[in-house]
Amino acid sequence: MFDFFNRMFGQKPSSETAKERLRLVLLSDHLSLAPDVVESLKRDLIDVISRYCEVDTANCDVTFERQDKRIAMLANIPILGMQRPTPPPPNSGEPPAPKPRKPPGSANRRRRRKGTVAQGAPRPQPT
Amino acid sequence: MINNVLPDEAPAVAALPRKRGRAIVVTSGKGGVGKTTTTANIGAALAAGGANVVLVDADVGLRNLDIVLGLEARVRHHVLDVLEGCATLDEALVTDKRVPSLRLLAAAQTREKDDVDTAAFRDLIGTLRDRFDYVLIDCPAGIEKGFANAIAGADEAIVVCTPEVAAVRDADRVVGLLGDDRRVTLIVNRLRPALVRKGKMLSVDDVNDILHLPLLGVIADAPDVIVSTNRGEPVALDPASTVGEAYRAIALRITGALTDAPEIPREQTFFTKLFGGRS
Amino acid sequence: MNPKQPLSARRIVFTSGKGGVGKTTTTANVGAALAKSGKRVVLVDADIGLRNLDLVLGVEKRIVFDLVEVVEGRCQLRQALIKDKRLENLSILPAAQTRDKTAISELQMSELIAQLGELCDYVLIDCPAGIEHGFRNAIAGASEAIVVTTPEVSAIRDADRVIGKLHERGLPLRLIVNRIRPEMVRSGDMLSVDDVTDILSAELLGIVPEDEEVIDTTNKGEPIALSPDSRLAAIYAKIARRLEGEIVPFTSLAAPGFFERLFRMAG
Repeated sequence: MFDFFNRMFGQKPSSETAKERLRLVLLSDHLSLAPDVVESLKRDLIDVISRYCEVDTANCDVTFERQDKRIAMLANIPILGMQRPTPPPPNSGEPPAPKPRKPPGSANRRRRRKGTVAQGAPRPQPT
Repeated sequence: MINNVLPDEAPAVAALPRKRGRAIVVTSGKGGVGKTTTTANIGAALAAGGANVVLVDADVGLRNLDIVLGLEARVRHHVLDVLEGCATLDEALVTDKRVPSLRLLAAAQTREKDDVDTAAFRDLIGTLRDRFDYVLIDCPAGIEKGFANAIAGADEAIVVCTPEVAAVRDADRVVGLLGDDRRVTLIVNRLRPALVRKGKMLSVDDVNDILHLPLLGVIADAPDVIVSTNRGEPVALDPASTVGEAYRAIALRITGALTDAPEIPREQTFFTKLFGGRS
Repeated sequence: MNPKQPLSARRIVFTSGKGGVGKTTTTANVGAALAKSGKRVVLVDADIGLRNLDLVLGVEKRIVFDLVEVVEGRCQLRQALIKDKRLENLSILPAAQTRDKTAISELQMSELIAQLGELCDYVLIDCPAGIEHGFRNAIAGASEAIVVTTPEVSAIRDADRVIGKLHERGLPLRLIVNRIRPEMVRSGDMLSVDDVTDILSAELLGIVPEDEEVIDTTNKGEPIALSPDSRLAAIYAKIARRLEGEIVPFTSLAAPGFFERLFRMAG
């Protein structure tokens, strides 16, 4: 009978509330009990992102945060540089031939040697 | 503070030094008799009555005070973080959503009771007593290091006992270990008056004939405690709950506002009458 | 499920994390049910300092020696074992009451359980609450575990923690959901058995409903599994059969209705 009144007045059965709360609290417990899993996840995440851009691995941070009714993973991954976008392959009818992708870290080397003339491009001579 | 009160501000503030808060450990020996529920509800009732209360979960590794209070999502740091200097006390204290003068200091979930240094814990309780009117410590089951830590720094104890032989036996052991220099009182929890009448359950007198403690309160078994834990809402904050009423009365006896002996419940609640005690 | 070992017993620890969910009552009653079905059973109380298995079985006045004294060599194992007067296949090894859980080591416990395993078909170990020393001792000699939980938030959280610890040790486990109140499950005020097994991802061994007769029988020191007409006795008997490998369906308690068919309620 009480169940009927509860549902009439829009209150969720407490067992449902209990189930939701338990799922979240256990997820939170499991995450804090598996720091090595979190470490592996962090490493894999950084590896994947590093294939697309250059990241500041020393300052990467991955945490889990409780946000009201769910747990969210927050990743703070400082990006230092981006690979040049690769044009689509030739048989799709688009010019030109794709430039080979530079290995990771090459942007960094270019950046460090800021004052150096880029390969193949002569410095403009004063007239 | 007193010097800053302007002459036309009423009322005149008495120039009394702040009294040190009371540190009370809630213990039992036997697990599952209602220590955590009792700690949460007495704390809520005291805070709702205006006191500044902090609840300390001493059950390292198996914390539940946070979930009983519905605060599990807000815990960021715990006792060990504070003791080990990874967080300040203010960073670890969680303020209750409903009663702002109620705060929780959670236990660590992924550590062990042996990790807590008893002397450091005692000092922490001392620090809390300087800030709060009441420090209630939720003791883990058992009589090992967790128990020893929980009682360190508490000069009062509430023993929670159900009217069952195993619980009474364990409570008796604990009373012995609490020693003579603490004020110890008793709460009999989950009484079923109908079973007592049929001679199938120990009465409050039967229990206290063995334990010989001043009786702080008697709480009848009622399903609304399960519902309240499901929701994370202490029954002491529910004006309609008879169990809540019992906890509120206990809080008044603790503050000294209520001095008469606790009432022994005679009838089961309407809720249990409707759905029955058996399935 | 582990097949029965050819030479020595199955060694099952009953654990929970949370105190008060019914480990001792369950250990005593499953043991009694197994013994009643003809198996030789030894019950071991691993709750040193807060023993209660003796009380639940009504043998508290017959304790002469305890587990710690056996381990310390101050008596023979035979002298410490108490034979149950109702069931000739059932014996109890009580815990020490005046010591604490650091009195024996995991290795000592493991050896003791192995020794007991030579004498019977089942060694059932009643684990103390918690996940510390007492717990580690209790699981030290076990080859499998039964996790007991009630359908309540705190109990389930603690059971989850314990299940994690058991997985770390590689102990196979099954779940008993204890003290369920079907009327509260129906009204949405209590988690159902399916909710519990879902959340814990554990295999179900038994469902035991809340029954006020348990208090009465414990008062008298008579395990309810031995009461002839008791509904709970039938349920413990089914659990014993499942432990033996039989497939026994879970039954509904109440008269069949829409909700009863949705929820397993007992068995």
